[in-house]
Amino acid sequence: MTKTLTRMDLSEAVFREVGLSRNESAQLVESVLNHMSDALADGESVKISSFGTFSVRDKAARVGRNPKTGQEVPILPRRVLTFRPSHLMKDRVADGNKG
Amino acid sequence: MIRSELIQKIADENPHLYQRDVERIVNTIFDEVIEAMARGDRVELRGFGAFSVKKRDARIGRNPRTGESVQVEEKHVPFFKTGKLLRDRLNGKS
Repeated sequence: MTKTLTRMDLSEAVFREVGLSRNESAQLVESVLNHMSDALADGESVKISSFGTFSVRDKAARVGRNPKTGQEVPILPRRVLTFRPSHLMKDRVADGNKG
Repeated sequence: MIRSELIQKIADENPHLYQRDVERIVNTIFDEVIEAMARGDRVELRGFGAFSVKKRDARIGRNPRTGESVQVEEKHVPFFKTGKLLRDRLNGKS
Protein backbone atom coordinates (compact mmCIF):
# COMPACT_ATOMS: atom_id res chain seq x y z
CA MET A 1 0.00 0.00 0.00
CA THR A 2 1.36 3.43 -0.93
CA LYS A 3 1.77 5.79 1.96
CA THR A 4 1.98 9.56 1.68
CA LEU A 5 4.58 11.32 3.78
CA THR A 6 4.24 14.98 4.69
CA ARG A 7 6.31 17.70 6.34
CA MET A 8 5.44 16.02 9.66
CA ASP A 9 7.29 12.84 8.68
CA LEU A 10 10.34 14.81 7.57
CA SER A 11 10.47 16.79 10.79
CA GLU A 12 10.00 13.56 12.77
CA ALA A 13 13.08 12.17 10.97
CA VAL A 14 15.06 15.31 11.85
CA PHE A 15 13.84 15.04 15.45
CA ARG A 16 15.04 11.41 15.68
CA GLU A 17 18.34 12.10 13.94
CA VAL A 18 19.47 15.26 15.69
CA GLY A 19 17.51 15.41 18.93
CA LEU A 20 16.18 18.96 18.62
CA SER A 21 12.65 19.67 19.81
CA ARG A 22 9.81 18.62 17.51
CA ASN A 23 8.92 22.25 17.09
CA GLU A 24 12.41 23.30 16.05
CA SER A 25 12.73 20.29 13.75
CA ALA A 26 9.53 21.36 11.98
CA GLN A 27 10.84 24.91 11.61
CA LEU A 28 14.08 23.67 10.07
CA VAL A 29 12.21 21.56 7.49
CA GLU A 30 10.19 24.67 6.65
CA SER A 31 13.34 26.83 6.30
CA VAL A 32 14.91 24.33 3.92
CA LEU A 33 11.81 24.37 1.70
CA ASN A 34 11.58 28.17 1.92
CA HIS A 35 15.20 28.74 0.89
CA MET A 36 14.79 26.37 -2.04
CA SER A 37 11.53 28.06 -3.10
CA ASP A 38 13.08 31.55 -2.81
CA ALA A 39 16.03 30.60 -5.01
CA LEU A 40 13.71 29.05 -7.61
CA ALA A 41 11.34 32.05 -7.54
CA ASP A 42 14.42 34.19 -8.32
CA GLY A 43 15.00 32.01 -11.37
CA GLU A 44 18.01 30.24 -9.84
CA SER A 45 18.42 26.49 -10.16
CA VAL A 46 18.86 24.37 -7.04
CA LYS A 47 21.36 21.53 -7.31
CA ILE A 48 21.41 19.06 -4.46
CA SER A 49 24.20 16.57 -5.08
CA SER A 50 23.10 12.92 -4.92
CA PHE A 51 19.45 14.09 -4.78
CA GLY A 52 18.70 16.00 -7.97
CA THR A 53 18.47 19.36 -9.71
CA PHE A 54 15.49 21.70 -9.79
CA SER A 55 15.64 24.15 -12.66
CA VAL A 56 13.40 26.90 -13.94
CA ARG A 57 12.58 26.91 -17.63
CA ASP A 58 10.91 29.56 -19.75
CA LYS A 59 8.05 28.37 -21.92
CA ALA A 60 7.05 30.38 -24.97
CA ALA A 61 3.47 31.47 -25.63
CA ARG A 62 1.42 29.04 -27.71
CA VAL A 63 -2.12 28.42 -28.79
CA GLY A 64 -3.77 25.79 -26.67
CA ARG A 65 -7.10 24.10 -27.09
CA ASN A 66 -9.77 23.26 -24.57
CA PRO A 67 -9.93 19.48 -25.06
CA LYS A 68 -13.60 19.40 -24.12
CA THR A 69 -14.94 22.19 -26.34
CA GLY A 70 -12.20 22.32 -28.98
CA GLN A 71 -12.03 26.05 -28.49
CA GLU A 72 -8.64 27.72 -29.04
CA VAL A 73 -7.20 29.57 -26.08
CA PRO A 74 -3.94 31.53 -25.93
CA ILE A 75 -1.42 30.17 -23.40
CA LEU A 76 0.78 32.99 -22.16
CA PRO A 77 4.55 32.64 -21.83
CA ARG A 78 5.31 31.19 -18.41
CA ARG A 79 8.01 29.72 -16.23
CA VAL A 80 7.91 26.11 -15.18
CA LEU A 81 9.97 24.05 -12.77
CA THR A 82 11.60 20.81 -13.83
CA PHE A 83 13.23 18.28 -11.55
CA ARG A 84 15.99 16.01 -12.77
CA PRO A 85 16.67 13.20 -10.30
CA SER A 86 20.27 12.22 -9.58
CA HIS A 87 21.61 8.82 -10.61
CA LEU A 88 21.63 7.79 -6.97
CA MET A 89 17.92 8.62 -6.61
CA LYS A 90 17.02 6.85 -9.85
CA ASP A 91 18.97 3.74 -8.86
CA ARG A 92 17.51 3.60 -5.35
CA VAL A 93 13.95 4.10 -6.61
CA ALA A 94 14.42 1.49 -9.35
CA ASP A 95 16.01 -1.05 -6.97
CA GLY A 96 13.57 -0.46 -4.12
CA ASN A 97 10.49 -0.99 -6.31
CA LYS A 98 11.74 -4.02 -8.20
CA GLY A 99 9.61 -7.15 -8.45
CA MET B 1 22.15 27.25 -5.27
CA ILE B 2 23.92 24.04 -4.30
CA ARG B 3 23.64 21.82 -1.22
CA SER B 4 26.52 23.52 0.64
CA GLU B 5 25.00 26.98 0.05
CA LEU B 6 21.66 25.79 1.37
CA ILE B 7 23.39 24.40 4.46
CA GLN B 8 25.22 27.69 4.94
CA LYS B 9 21.97 29.71 4.78
CA ILE B 10 20.36 27.50 7.42
CA ALA B 11 23.52 27.66 9.58
CA ASP B 12 23.56 31.49 9.36
CA GLU B 13 19.95 31.64 10.57
CA ASN B 14 20.60 29.23 13.43
CA PRO B 15 23.82 30.35 15.14
CA HIS B 16 22.98 28.14 18.15
CA LEU B 17 23.42 24.98 16.04
CA TYR B 18 26.73 23.38 15.13
CA GLN B 19 27.47 23.44 11.40
CA ARG B 20 27.80 19.65 11.49
CA ASP B 21 24.30 19.31 12.94
CA VAL B 22 22.90 21.59 10.23
CA GLU B 23 24.54 19.33 7.67
CA ARG B 24 22.93 16.28 9.28
CA ILE B 25 19.54 17.99 9.35
CA VAL B 26 19.63 18.95 5.67
CA ASN B 27 20.97 15.54 4.65
CA THR B 28 18.31 13.75 6.73
CA ILE B 29 15.54 15.63 4.91
CA PHE B 30 16.78 14.66 1.45
CA ASP B 31 17.61 11.08 2.49
CA GLU B 32 14.13 10.66 3.94
CA VAL B 33 12.56 11.66 0.61
CA ILE B 34 14.74 9.15 -1.29
CA GLU B 35 14.00 6.37 1.23
CA ALA B 36 10.26 7.01 1.00
CA MET B 37 10.33 6.75 -2.79
CA ALA B 38 12.52 3.64 -2.61
CA ARG B 39 9.64 2.06 -0.61
CA GLY B 40 7.19 3.23 -3.26
CA ASP B 41 5.73 5.97 -1.03
CA ARG B 42 4.86 9.55 -2.00
CA VAL B 43 6.12 12.68 -0.28
CA GLU B 44 3.70 15.57 -0.48
CA LEU B 45 5.00 18.97 0.57
CA ARG B 46 2.10 21.39 0.18
CA GLY B 47 3.05 24.63 -1.54
CA PHE B 48 6.37 23.19 -2.70
CA GLY B 49 5.53 20.01 -4.59
CA ALA B 50 5.14 16.26 -4.43
CA PHE B 51 7.62 13.47 -5.07
CA SER B 52 6.18 10.20 -6.32
CA VAL B 53 7.16 7.04 -8.13
CA LYS B 54 5.95 6.26 -11.64
CA LYS B 55 5.94 2.85 -13.24
CA ARG B 56 7.37 2.47 -16.73
CA ASP B 57 6.05 -0.63 -18.48
CA ALA B 58 8.36 -3.17 -20.05
CA ARG B 59 8.92 -2.43 -23.73
CA ILE B 60 10.93 -3.48 -26.73
CA GLY B 61 13.69 -0.91 -27.08
CA ARG B 62 16.14 -0.44 -29.87
CA ASN B 63 19.87 0.10 -29.77
CA PRO B 64 20.06 3.41 -31.66
CA ARG B 65 23.50 2.58 -33.01
CA THR B 66 22.88 -0.91 -34.33
CA GLY B 67 19.09 -0.88 -34.70
CA GLU B 68 18.99 -4.14 -32.74
CA SER B 69 15.86 -4.84 -30.64
CA VAL B 70 16.36 -5.24 -26.91
CA GLN B 71 13.89 -6.17 -24.20
CA VAL B 72 13.65 -3.35 -21.61
CA GLU B 73 12.27 -4.50 -18.25
CA GLU B 74 9.52 -2.72 -16.34
CA LYS B 75 11.02 -0.07 -14.05
CA HIS B 76 10.12 2.62 -11.56
CA VAL B 77 11.29 6.21 -11.85
CA PRO B 78 11.14 9.22 -9.51
CA PHE B 79 8.74 12.03 -10.45
CA PHE B 80 8.26 15.55 -9.07
CA LYS B 81 5.18 17.69 -9.54
CA THR B 82 5.52 21.37 -8.63
CA GLY B 83 3.08 22.65 -6.00
CA LYS B 84 0.57 25.36 -6.86
CA LEU B 85 2.05 28.03 -4.62
CA LEU B 86 5.57 27.57 -5.99
CA ARG B 87 4.26 27.47 -9.57
CA ASP B 88 2.49 30.77 -8.95
CA ARG B 89 5.60 32.28 -7.36
CA LEU B 90 7.70 31.35 -10.40
CA ASN B 91 5.28 33.43 -12.44
CA GLY B 92 5.28 36.35 -10.03
CA LYS B 93 1.74 35.75 -8.78
CA SER B 94 2.44 35.72 -5.07
